[in-house]
Amino acid sequence: MELSTLSLKELGNALRKKAVSAREITGAFLERIKRFNPDLNAFVTVAEEQALAAANEADLRLARGERVTPLTGIPVAVADTICTKGIKTTCASRILENFIPPYDATVVSRLQEAGAVVIGKTNSDEFGAGTTTGYSAFGPVCNPWDKNREPGGDGGAVAVAAGLAPLAISFDTGGNLRRAAAFCGVAGLKPAYGSVSRFGLAALAPSLEQIGPLARQVEDLALLYQVLAGPDPLDATSLPAGAPGRSGQEFTGTAATGRPGLRIGLPREYFAGEELQAEVKDLVLAATGILTEKDGEQVDLSLPSTGYALAAHILLAAAEASSSLARYDGVRYGYRSPEAADIDLLYKKTRTEGFGREAKRRILLGTLVLSAECYGDYYLNAQKVRTLVIREFTEAFTKCDLILTPVTRELPGRAGEEKSPLRQYQDESYTVAANLAGLSGLSVPCGLVDGLPVGVQLLAPAGREDLLFQVARTLEKAVGRFSSPFLRG
Amino acid sequence: MNYETVIGLEVHVELKTEAKVFCGCAARFGAEPNTHVCPGCLGMPGVLPVLNKKAVEFCIKAGLALQCRIAPFSMFDRKQYFYPDLPQAYQISQGDLPLCTGGGLKIVTPGGEEKIIRLNRIHLEEEAGRTYHSGAGATGYSLLDFNRSGLPLIEIVTEPDLRSPAEAKIFLEKLQEILRYIEVSDCKMEEGSFRCDANISVRPAGSQEFGRRMEIKNLNSFKAIQSALTYEANRLGSLLAAGTPPEQEESRGWDETRGMTFFMRPKEKATDYRYFPDPDLPPLVIAEEWVEEIRAGLPELPEEKKARYMEEYGLSAQDADLLGSSRETAEFFEATLRLYSGEVKTVANWVMGEFARLLNLEKLTPIQSKLEPEALAAMLQMIDAGEISGKIAKTVFEEMFYSGKPPREIVAEKGLAQISDESQLVVLVREILAQHPGPVADYRAGKTKALGFLVGQVMKETKGQANPGLVNKLLREELEKLP
Ligand SMILES: [Zn+2]
Repeated sequence: MELSTLSLKELGNALRKKAVSAREITGAFLERIKRFNPDLNAFVTVAEEQALAAANEADLRLARGERVTPLTGIPVAVADTICTKGIKTTCASRILENFIPPYDATVVSRLQEAGAVVIGKTNSDEFGAGTTTGYSAFGPVCNPWDKNREPGGDGGAVAVAAGLAPLAISFDTGGNLRRAAAFCGVAGLKPAYGSVSRFGLAALAPSLEQIGPLARQVEDLALLYQVLAGPDPLDATSLPAGAPGRSGQEFTGTAATGRPGLRIGLPREYFAGEELQAEVKDLVLAATGILTEKDGEQVDLSLPSTGYALAAHILLAAAEASSSLARYDGVRYGYRSPEAADIDLLYKKTRTEGFGREAKRRILLGTLVLSAECYGDYYLNAQKVRTLVIREFTEAFTKCDLILTPVTRELPGRAGEEKSPLRQYQDESYTVAANLAGLSGLSVPCGLVDGLPVGVQLLAPAGREDLLFQVARTLEKAVGRFSSPFLRG
Repeated sequence: MNYETVIGLEVHVELKTEAKVFCGCAARFGAEPNTHVCPGCLGMPGVLPVLNKKAVEFCIKAGLALQCRIAPFSMFDRKQYFYPDLPQAYQISQGDLPLCTGGGLKIVTPGGEEKIIRLNRIHLEEEAGRTYHSGAGATGYSLLDFNRSGLPLIEIVTEPDLRSPAEAKIFLEKLQEILRYIEVSDCKMEEGSFRCDANISVRPAGSQEFGRRMEIKNLNSFKAIQSALTYEANRLGSLLAAGTPPEQEESRGWDETRGMTFFMRPKEKATDYRYFPDPDLPPLVIAEEWVEEIRAGLPELPEEKKARYMEEYGLSAQDADLLGSSRETAEFFEATLRLYSGEVKTVANWVMGEFARLLNLEKLTPIQSKLEPEALAAMLQMIDAGEISGKIAKTVFEEMFYSGKPPREIVAEKGLAQISDESQLVVLVREILAQHPGPVADYRAGKTKALGFLVGQVMKETKGQANPGLVNKLLREELEKLP
């Protein structure tokens, strides 16, 4: 049986019918990782031993019929910024190269409770600071559709697209997860802020980031999200049960049938610029047409602060990064420079040697942004822009049910291409608003251009992930799914 | 020219909650290093702060006891600097929007004048770990203990309302008294749970402008506070008198051995802490009802208590102060009063006298001692009933203090009961008179003082157990009877 192309449901059925064991499934994916990962570099660590143990445990659960969930016995790739007890968690950084956390992130505990198998830890830019994985301390990840292209900023999307894992969880700080989903032809969700616990996610920008699911199909994405989402007493920013914006727990009703009278908002600012590649724009607008062709409605919107949103995001993300990354000082754990003669040198050398270029750039920028002289001009103004962005979206959602935009401006770039920092930050022009405003944003494939996938972004207010799944499913049904060359035998 | 000293204080107080402020670790002083730590208070990746509600309650308690306004909305900020014992390289504190604002504390100045010292704010923050330096140079090293990391701390900031080092000391003692009273902190300076930085400036008397301000860091004893401030006030006064006022505001340290303050760094070069709102903690929203609930649960504060002692019990100001300034002492005193029907003053004397002496000797607080109010009350009743003498009572009391046994048991065990049997005593009185013809003659010659000596002899013979009133009476009678 070729397991790598099966959906979550199909794998689950095979398990329950005893056509295959959890150990066999995990073994098969471990085989594929061994075979393909050396080329793709999607995984930093493969947790073979732990994964097989978890698969055995899942087989016991299945045999006894105890606590069986749709995820029982299913391998899941976990971003290496998410802490896993007893499994190395490097954050793709030299500074945590040998760090083994003594605790699990809440999402990892939730996966384990559901019986899922953590198969390995996926690559990204260092602490997620970047857009192409080019800033990973352990080398860039390749795009499974074209090895000479960048995959977006997330190895989890690559793992799923290449069939190295049926599912992945990763994190999204400014669009890295959604952009990688688009570039790899898979579905990815950045949940609304507070939906999924951040406990155990090595933070870069705590007010902006969320952990989210990646899958090859929308239904799987919804099932995985259901396991991840929920209140967590260990995260003070996680929404309590029943709070406004906290979605319900059931998404199994993600029927493909379109909703009657769906109003889709198209913000002018996201389609107007010349930087949006024409073929990408055409596919995204075609998707809008598909979603509204029955009795839907396209609503022309304006989000005037869009131009400032990126600048605000850059400043806030850097400010928070400079603070979040300060704890890596070589004193208690992680990399410590062997040559430091005193404490100041220990800090300087450890951090100089331990951090890569983009992390350093953000630390420097963020330190400046928060300095007494610049705080008012940069930090406070960025927060004001953030407030405006939130207001504009709140207003926009009174006129439409969801907002549709491109995920990226263009097709995946050439691997290793040198971009100016600003140009690099602009990679996330269309995705940062969801992080600033705490919205849920889903990236789902809508077609191919020159054999490379293109994604569409669906944005909804907090708590309306159900709507996103439903609409994405409709689109998926209409345009079909896209299998990378790795899944075509 | 006369100069006036202006002082403002920043007081750091560790709250005695069960757990740390942002993680579940136990808050313990003096445990083995690094035994009360977790990924949270060690600053490990991805671990998030979860606010301990008790710490907020304690901060509000302190705020209410000090007449502050409790902010319905306050924020936690990150105060950022690198130090090896600061695990996240930032301290979670409160910047622009603290939990408590305003407020004040009434003191009586050394001149006997009542005066309110206004507070600027009280905010809640977390404590750093502790660094122990060993040796220096190439062989030197430092050890870190994170047991303290994450303990809840409040910072109390006064307005510059203090006018002398003596006032500063009185203010701090008063503050300590209140915080202990409401049981939010042990306020032990020697353990570092009560620490103080002082801002001091000197100006010509009558001037409305402030002089250049010096900040003296880490004053860790009342003696250090008073000596450092006195030294600094004199130093600044001399500079003014010489026409060379300080050129810049400085942070200064206190050198205990040399008895002088020393320059650390100019104020302008102070670290830029890059405060910003902690994105991991939502704003702290406090419900009015909760504040009222806490207010209702506050104990009678020392000032109120002392006033009541004077009015209700007719105690002197000094006695009321002694009995009322520690909550444990006051509670012991009041509990004894409830059980004892005699004079208030009697209880007061025992609590302020023998009890205080023994507590002091053993470095214990009333609760730590074995003595219970029931025991003291019972002992006082025994004195009143003539079952033991006042002198014997001291022995009984000491025994009660150390063993915790009830007085009656001690008296029985040690045979300390007062001898009030006339027929038994009269025999002894006659013997004493026969043995001391000198004093007897003196007495008979009108030297009544000799009676004291004779009483003493009887008491000595009975190891203090004879009823002294009875001995007196019998001696007089027997002396009269002599030919
Ligand atoms: Zn802890």
